[in-house]
Amino acid sequence: MNEASVPLEVRGLGKRFGDVVALDDVSFEVERSEIFGLVGPDGGGKTTLFRILTTLLLADSGSASVLGFDVVRDMWAIRERVGYMPGRFSLYPDLGVEENLRFFASVFGTTLEEGYDLIAPIYSQIEPFRDRRAGALSGGMKQKLALSCALVHRPDILFLDEPTTGVDAVSRREFWDLLDSLRESGLPIVVSTPYMDEASRCDRVALIQQGRILAIDDPGAIGRRFPNLLFSVRGGDRYAMLRALRDLPHSASVFPFGDELHYSDSRTGGDADAIAAEVRSFLRERGFAGAEVARIEPGIEDTFMALMGAPEAAAA
Amino acid sequence: MAHRSSPLSAFMAKELRHILRDRQTLTILLLLPLAMVVLFGFALRTDVNHIRTVFVDPSPDHATVALRARFLGNGRFDLVDISATTAEVEPIFRRGLADVAVVFEPGFADHLARGTPARVLVITDASDPNTGSRMQAYARAVIASYQAERGPGREGVRIVTQTRMRFNPSLESANLFVPGLIALVLTLVTALMTSISLSREKERGTLEILLVSPLRPWQIIVGKVLPYLGLAFANVVTALLAAWLIFAVPFRGSITLLLITSTLYAMVGLALGVFIAARTSSQRAAMLGAMAGTMLPTTLLSGMIFPIASLPGWLQPVTIVIPARWFIVIARGIMLKGVGLHYLWQPIAVLVVMLAVLMLVAIRSFKPRLA
Amino acid sequence: MTLAIDVHELTRRFGSFTAVDAITFHVDEGEVFGFLGANGAGKTTAIKMLIGLLAPTSGRASVAGFDVLTQADQVRRRIGYMSQRFSLYEDLTVRENITLYGGIYGLSDAGIRERGGSLIRELQLENAADERVSALPLGWKQKLAFSVAMLHRPAVVFLDEPTGGVDPITRRQFWEMIYAAASRGTTVFVTTHYLDEAEYCDRVSIMVDGRIAAMGTPDDLKRDNHVATLDELFVRLARPDAGAVAATGAGPAARPAPERR
Repeated sequence: MNEASVPLEVRGLGKRFGDVVALDDVSFEVERSEIFGLVGPDGGGKTTLFRILTTLLLADSGSASVLGFDVVRDMWAIRERVGYMPGRFSLYPDLGVEENLRFFASVFGTTLEEGYDLIAPIYSQIEPFRDRRAGALSGGMKQKLALSCALVHRPDILFLDEPTTGVDAVSRREFWDLLDSLRESGLPIVVSTPYMDEASRCDRVALIQQGRILAIDDPGAIGRRFPNLLFSVRGGDRYAMLRALRDLPHSASVFPFGDELHYSDSRTGGDADAIAAEVRSFLRERGFAGAEVARIEPGIEDTFMALMGAPEAAAA
Repeated sequence: MAHRSSPLSAFMAKELRHILRDRQTLTILLLLPLAMVVLFGFALRTDVNHIRTVFVDPSPDHATVALRARFLGNGRFDLVDISATTAEVEPIFRRGLADVAVVFEPGFADHLARGTPARVLVITDASDPNTGSRMQAYARAVIASYQAERGPGREGVRIVTQTRMRFNPSLESANLFVPGLIALVLTLVTALMTSISLSREKERGTLEILLVSPLRPWQIIVGKVLPYLGLAFANVVTALLAAWLIFAVPFRGSITLLLITSTLYAMVGLALGVFIAARTSSQRAAMLGAMAGTMLPTTLLSGMIFPIASLPGWLQPVTIVIPARWFIVIARGIMLKGVGLHYLWQPIAVLVVMLAVLMLVAIRSFKPRLA
Repeated sequence: MTLAIDVHELTRRFGSFTAVDAITFHVDEGEVFGFLGANGAGKTTAIKMLIGLLAPTSGRASVAGFDVLTQADQVRRRIGYMSQRFSLYEDLTVRENITLYGGIYGLSDAGIRERGGSLIRELQLENAADERVSALPLGWKQKLAFSVAMLHRPAVVFLDEPTGGVDPITRRQFWEMIYAAASRGTTVFVTTHYLDEAEYCDRVSIMVDGRIAAMGTPDDLKRDNHVATLDELFVRLARPDAGAVAATGAGPAARPAPERR
């Protein structure tokens, strides 16, 4: 790998499948020791992007280089050096845990022993089950095994396509703890996820929807892209308050967020306190006596929803 | 009362839509039976034509010439050679170049004139006992009609016809079927094995990971084929043992050559399976493709049941691309005729070429990228 | 008043393995009940018993007033079901799916036309009504599947992870549809991996290792366990290092979750 080059560089990538635009002018870079997240719902183009970067698909336009190698010309150089975990934990269910690992190690010309120290934090959690058939593992354990298999040959960059889908919240947390420790070792990690809360654990996120990147920034700062003032509304029958708030003349959006509502006001440059007071009294008039309204900083999900515009139409 | 569609009719309507919308399966289910009817109809012929005939006529005279002309005028017999001695008959049979040999004894016409028995020997290649008996019957009919013609005006026209069935004197039909069955079973099992294995890898998604690795496509393919070779070889041994012990099929030739050529044939099947899997998108399609692409042609067009010579003219060249056709020649040759490399190098060479071509095409159609 | 769902010591064993261990709870009519739990905790098995796909080993349960074991037929006519894995036939059009399910549930032709028509209008699918479902984006499929499951006005609707992988706006539109159904009296029994969605429910239960480890309204659960979000509670229950967890509401006292391997 060219030491001076960036681990991943993507320029204007485009891809169509028939009439469907899967990727539209996608560009970004990933540095060493970085967890870079691609965040967006299914059908957004994440898997297509991964397949192009791992040289499984050819893009229609644009270019990309992985570890300094071009994805079109230097296919084999890339394939020798990347770790890839495609969606839905592709493992051999009829082979054992250790057998799967040894197989993937040997395919890359190395052994389990040589890669052991890198995967130890992960593998130690499933090592007691090393003789069990991979098909008999729970979702969370399969995910850890798949990650181990992607790492055992000590890749120089890691591509994880929706590694936490279908796994419960606890296993997801543990998985991200593991990614944190991997990042420390210098490994650049590109991971995609539909879960907005996981986005906050990345160093930088790219919001991607319908093949287009809406924004790239670090999770804390991405709220800057939110166009309006945002308020949280609590207390009272949420559904009823939701419908009431939509009657407000200046409401830009009203969405439920867990146990509160997020209300955004279309008046740019307005005074937050004044608007909050206005909303509070409006709700009291409508019968919601205990309503609390407070200004909040927009999060990743708020920003995503504001930037994505309307959801995809049902028919073209 | 408002009209209700019953749950049952709603469900059936749905099923109908599924059937009509799955164009691929629909095409196969409509065309396949049609193809089968056509092929079976043409292949299921019980009359035999183009009987390749060798005449051995040590002392040609007006009687033998007349009789020879009768054979050739009959329409079913094709002339291969006229020889003066019986020395060449055996090699011709072993090479499979003739179906029938008609041997006249010296001084045929003299015997006839004197009223002593004039002998004619009809030797038939009975590797296929059904056609063997029929060919014998035709030959005797020709001779009988000649006899009858000459008969009324004379006495003592005695043509003594001796018949001999070569290679399969007891007309065991097992000897006919078993080599063909071995071919069929080997083809089916090998093609099915590799096509399912490969398409399962595709469907499961593990193929993606394998592709994004240093493994080259040819390594993946060879890696899929060779382990099954061991299994296929075991099948070969079992099938041959069964043929020998249960069906008492003779093993007149070299067992080693038989094992080697059977394994070669199995490899052709494995390569065919890989080729099918590389071209199909699902396990189900791969299985259907493997079965349609192997069972049907092998059963009908390899000569295992229906002789190739009986097939309509336009169908005969088609049989050249069917591996089983060549393997059956080899198997019958070794088992029934006891011949070796000297006579069988051609069909063996054909199988080798087929193997090379299939492997090459399979590797090329197995793209290292998904699209 | 009949409870929409009434479960008493419901148990299911597979050989020596107990997937669901004597769970007891109830759901009132018109409630939105969140049924949470980690993968492998027994959620799917429990739901299968409630909708009549699996017979209980012991215990009893009734849905919409009918026993799931002895009156399964009656139960099926009164419930709707939608799961992430399968909801509609992809190679049929929107209209055809509506006609099919309407027919299966015994609606009259006029009824199908009327309800199907208003369904299409409400979802604004007029332009896509004759498109195959496979051509619809995921979010629309899910919304349509939910509406179709509601076509025959079931008393209870079971939703198994209905919003997986869908964009955040569509997710929330989906939940508005759930609220609308609940306000019309339909009981909604939903499982989800999105713990922010758990907050939208009237009450939730959390299953761990086959047992219900916590149950109550989101506010009560958070207050009694001194956590800010249900997510924190969930993590604590699934990986217990702390002590017992308090139960609130009308459920039984939950036992501390056993040590997970």
